[in-house]
Amino acid sequence: MQRNGPIALVFHSLVVVFMLAPMVVVCLVAFTPENTLTMPWNGLSLRWFEAVFHHADFMSSFGNSVRLALLSATISTVFAVPAALAITRYEFRGREALNALFLSPLIIPHLVLGVAFLRLFSLMGMGGSFGWLVATHAIVVTPYTLRLILASLTSMDRNAENAARTLGAAEWTVFRRITMPLMLPGISGGWLLAFINSFDELTMSIFVTSPSTVTLPVRMYMYASESIDPMMAAVSTLMIALATVTMIILDRLFGLDRLLVGKG
Amino acid sequence: MSAATSAIKPRLLAPLALSGPTTLFFIGLVLLPLLLTVILSFNSYDYTAGIKSDFTFANYLTVLQDEYYLSTFWRTLRLALLTTVITVLIGVPEAYVLSNMRKPWRSIFLLVIIGPLLVSVVVRTFGWSMLLGKNGFVNSALAIVGLDPVQLLYTETAIVIGLVHIMLPFMVIPVWTVLQKLDPTVEAAALTLGASRFTALRRIVFPQAALGILSGSLIVFALSASSFAIPGLLGGRRLKMAATLVYDEFLIELNWPLGATIAIIVLVANLVIMLAYNRLIERQAKRKLG
Repeated sequence: MQRNGPIALVFHSLVVVFMLAPMVVVCLVAFTPENTLTMPWNGLSLRWFEAVFHHADFMSSFGNSVRLALLSATISTVFAVPAALAITRYEFRGREALNALFLSPLIIPHLVLGVAFLRLFSLMGMGGSFGWLVATHAIVVTPYTLRLILASLTSMDRNAENAARTLGAAEWTVFRRITMPLMLPGISGGWLLAFINSFDELTMSIFVTSPSTVTLPVRMYMYASESIDPMMAAVSTLMIALATVTMIILDRLFGLDRLLVGKG
Repeated sequence: MSAATSAIKPRLLAPLALSGPTTLFFIGLVLLPLLLTVILSFNSYDYTAGIKSDFTFANYLTVLQDEYYLSTFWRTLRLALLTTVITVLIGVPEAYVLSNMRKPWRSIFLLVIIGPLLVSVVVRTFGWSMLLGKNGFVNSALAIVGLDPVQLLYTETAIVIGLVHIMLPFMVIPVWTVLQKLDPTVEAAALTLGASRFTALRRIVFPQAALGILSGSLIVFALSASSFAIPGLLGGRRLKMAATLVYDEFLIELNWPLGATIAIIVLVANLVIMLAYNRLIERQAKRKLG
């Protein structure tokens, strides 16, 4: 392994500054006592955080986003577990096609999915309900749950299952006592990635949310494109804090590099 | 269904039962809506009567002939390409520097580079709008040095800066993954045998990293070309890209057929580029093996 020379380290520092700059600025400005987006040179204030917690729209959107992410991640897991079992445990015609179909939301731009859902719901006359929003998010996050569950199923030692069968365990017992526990890291990792992706989803949601189901990213986008006051910075800071906590938890539990980078 | 058939074909029934619900879910909520959108793109639109269920190529002709739409497509393509090139130029060396780091620093800085993926795109874009704004921090810094302020926000430069920031992790991740698998002793051997640092990079590291760079640029290009929040917040009302154009047609102009047409063009362009790229990657992989 080579050591990094001074030029490499200067380059690296610049990249790190570039990656962190927008988030650091957001966090600093959130503490400004002024009415405009300025650095808090003249003392710190928590007034804009207070304003966020008194802002009914932001609070209801936050609630929507949390409920939406919880429900869609769970539903997507319920769909992904049997699908992953079918794909890894059986040889059948159309297996590759099914796999491609289930992973397709990664390839289809969210913009296109948003438009397509909007058209479907308007034809069915059922746009704007929270249940349908959950269904669209479940579709969009299923590739994340499916990929991690597939990875845990393919890397699993099949001998443990075969041993249990040889010893006379019924199929259901094998699944419950051997397969399921070995899948759990993949399921929980996939669920968390699905939760994060649903929570942060903007481009598709902006087409399918109605005034009563607006999610936090959509609300923030609308707010940022209309008015610019430090409240936006305060909301953003809270989001960054939440993401940091999630990142630390994910890193402790799974190793963030393994979860985001994937194994090969 | 008799017991006999299920006894004959349990190997077929089990996967069907397991994947059936998910398949139906995806047919109903991916394939059907896409089909409806394709149909919609062939319908005509009238500002008083709304969407007519007829069949016409008029939307495609409008989009492919009108100066406004063409220039937006051209900008989308240009900025996505530029973003991809810059992301390669920054992301590949950064992945290399990361893989050469020692134990605690490597994982810490990998977190710094890919961690922002967990922060909402809206938040990060908002940060850039503050940095690049008229009275933003970049201009304040220029003023301190004694330089004149520059218009950055609502320019293509701002869009590219924002895109590069969002896309960098998607380039670092695949390149880093490839470099991890690389045997470090080969590079060391090249250096021992008298190769210069640059030659070792060019002849040993770069060819092996090529696959990671290819798949990284594919993701970066595809995501940049269809990105919404960045052109929306950093491009202002004037500088549209494909995604913000579709948004306008659907939610402001209410001309859904035209919006659907642009969306379908984005989708088809995406799929074509992906397929072409996959071919390229496969050929590259074969050459490496053969």
